[in-house]
Amino acid sequence: MTTTAPVIPPASAAPVRRGDRQPRNRPTRTGQRRPRLALFILLLGAAYCLIPVIWVVVASSKSPRELFTSFSFAPGTGLFDNLTSLSQYGGGQFWQWGLNSLLYAGVGAVASTLVSAMAGYALAKFRFRGRELLFSAILAGVLVPGIVLAVPQYLLLAGVGLAGTYWSVLLPVIINPFGIFLCRVFAAAAVPDDTIEAARLDGAREVRIFGSIALPMMTQGLVTVFLLQFVGIWNNFLLPFIMLSDQDKYPMTLGLYTFLSKGAGDSDLYPLVITGSAVSVIPLIILVLALQRFWRADLLAGGLKG
Amino acid sequence: MSASPTTSGVSAVNPKRPDVPATPASPRSRRGRSRLREASVPWAFAAPAIIFFVAFMVLPIIYALWLSFRGYRVEGGGAFGRRVETFIGVDNYVAALTDAEFLAGLGRVLAYGAIAIPSVLGLALLFALLLDTPRVRLQGFARTAIFVPYAIPGVIASLLWGFLYLPSTSPANFLVRQLGAGPLDFFSPPVLFFSLANIALWSGVGFNMIIIYTSLRAVPTEIYEAARIDGASELQIALRIKVPLVTPALVLTGLFSVIGTLQLYSEPATLRPMTTTISSTWVPLMKIYQEAFMNDNLGGAAAASVLLAAAILIFSLVLLRFFQRKTFGAAS
Repeated sequence: MTTTAPVIPPASAAPVRRGDRQPRNRPTRTGQRRPRLALFILLLGAAYCLIPVIWVVVASSKSPRELFTSFSFAPGTGLFDNLTSLSQYGGGQFWQWGLNSLLYAGVGAVASTLVSAMAGYALAKFRFRGRELLFSAILAGVLVPGIVLAVPQYLLLAGVGLAGTYWSVLLPVIINPFGIFLCRVFAAAAVPDDTIEAARLDGAREVRIFGSIALPMMTQGLVTVFLLQFVGIWNNFLLPFIMLSDQDKYPMTLGLYTFLSKGAGDSDLYPLVITGSAVSVIPLIILVLALQRFWRADLLAGGLKG
Repeated sequence: MSASPTTSGVSAVNPKRPDVPATPASPRSRRGRSRLREASVPWAFAAPAIIFFVAFMVLPIIYALWLSFRGYRVEGGGAFGRRVETFIGVDNYVAALTDAEFLAGLGRVLAYGAIAIPSVLGLALLFALLLDTPRVRLQGFARTAIFVPYAIPGVIASLLWGFLYLPSTSPANFLVRQLGAGPLDFFSPPVLFFSLANIALWSGVGFNMIIIYTSLRAVPTEIYEAARIDGASELQIALRIKVPLVTPALVLTGLFSVIGTLQLYSEPATLRPMTTTISSTWVPLMKIYQEAFMNDNLGGAAAASVLLAAAILIFSLVLLRFFQRKTFGAAS
């Protein structure tokens, strides 16, 4: 991995990125060398994190023969063929899985964020009997491993005839105790009591106060909760694995998994799995990077101090 | 704060003493709404969460507990015995705790966690500290690059790494083959544990790094400036000042890591088609799945789930207690 070192430009070239916290124009003290070791380790980490992604994108361009013979990071000639056979597989099932994932993660995360926001707002801005009990119960819910619930959830949903439907994957992900916890922290910090009180004096109804005053003030925190839940649902595997049997309802993760399971011993499916992984990964990376600036990680970090 | 002895559910609204100024968080009505309506407002907001919480967390837990005490008993004896579903006490728990495969799975998960959790947290802390070190170049690029794997689902991360491990497609093996050596085996234990931990490290290090890094940024710079004027090196500042300050963030990330580790499922399940070294009951959740859906042993699966949840809870609480003592014990 030492190949990353020569890429570094001369020492004076790049500005200090974190200049906002260090006094900018102060004359440099003696011995202020740029910490090369720190840079080297960070680039090593970046390479470690990027190489598998680069590999899968490169590998998706290879024909089945090239995949097993040519050098791993040499581009191949089969990208178009791979995409075509991926699209044709099972009558366009791959794209159906993508749409399903979008549906589960999109609708699920929006509903979950709204439910969490309402509950967090109630817990932060009202004093009512049973509030502490409710909050404790939800906090305990953070520690309950969601995946352990999947089997009883399946049995209960099967009991009301919902197992195997879109609902069976959508409904269980709407409750997000950690999201409620975060929303409570954020409502407490971002929505002033005076504003709520003033709106009440003006005769605004509670629903309106929440919808047009509190929610906009909580936006930043809600984006964080939404992103966390979106990625969480998109990444979820066991819940759809247990709930669904109809392949047309599968999300992307489960679809690619069954691809690979079928491909065991049949390496002809490997290029499809690899191309499918590459295609499914790219939009998600773009989404996360694009929304990264709305990401309020301080909310997560600060959560435990309280 | 339900300290006020009013009968109303909303303690801050005290109709008997309207002269008492409302506490900051108290909605005080001047429009003569009924007390019942006042009290119902927060509950109405919390209602959807409560309904989903009960339906998809409380009920499944109760149901799992109930199931875990039930099982099949043969009634009537002899060749004419019928299998009847009935209350069987703690038999399922005894069975799970004496099941060699379940215990072995638990052991594998612990071995995996012992590798994965310290490396995820250690590297996340290292990267966060380096990102917070002044005068290091390309920090923005490194931060984004290391965060990228967070966007990639565990199943797909396992697929990627699976192909990077698989002898026929692995770049490492390609190089080894060029050198004329035999294939590297990433799938046989004990290497397998490191291969799996590596997937967790790759997927988790960026997210944890961001959480730690953000809490580092929240620290006022004056603290460091004072130390620098006193002649402390960046390394000393990092170890003596920054690490203790981010301990709450470390606790949070550690907690999530513990919860995630014991639920290990999708990584070994995804790698399974690629190797024979991962059995169908390799981790506790795979065993639970098999009991529930292949062996029709719902009671056994429920008991194993309860045990696993209990283990996660105990580990979480031990971790919290340990760090709480370490963080706040010294101060008090």
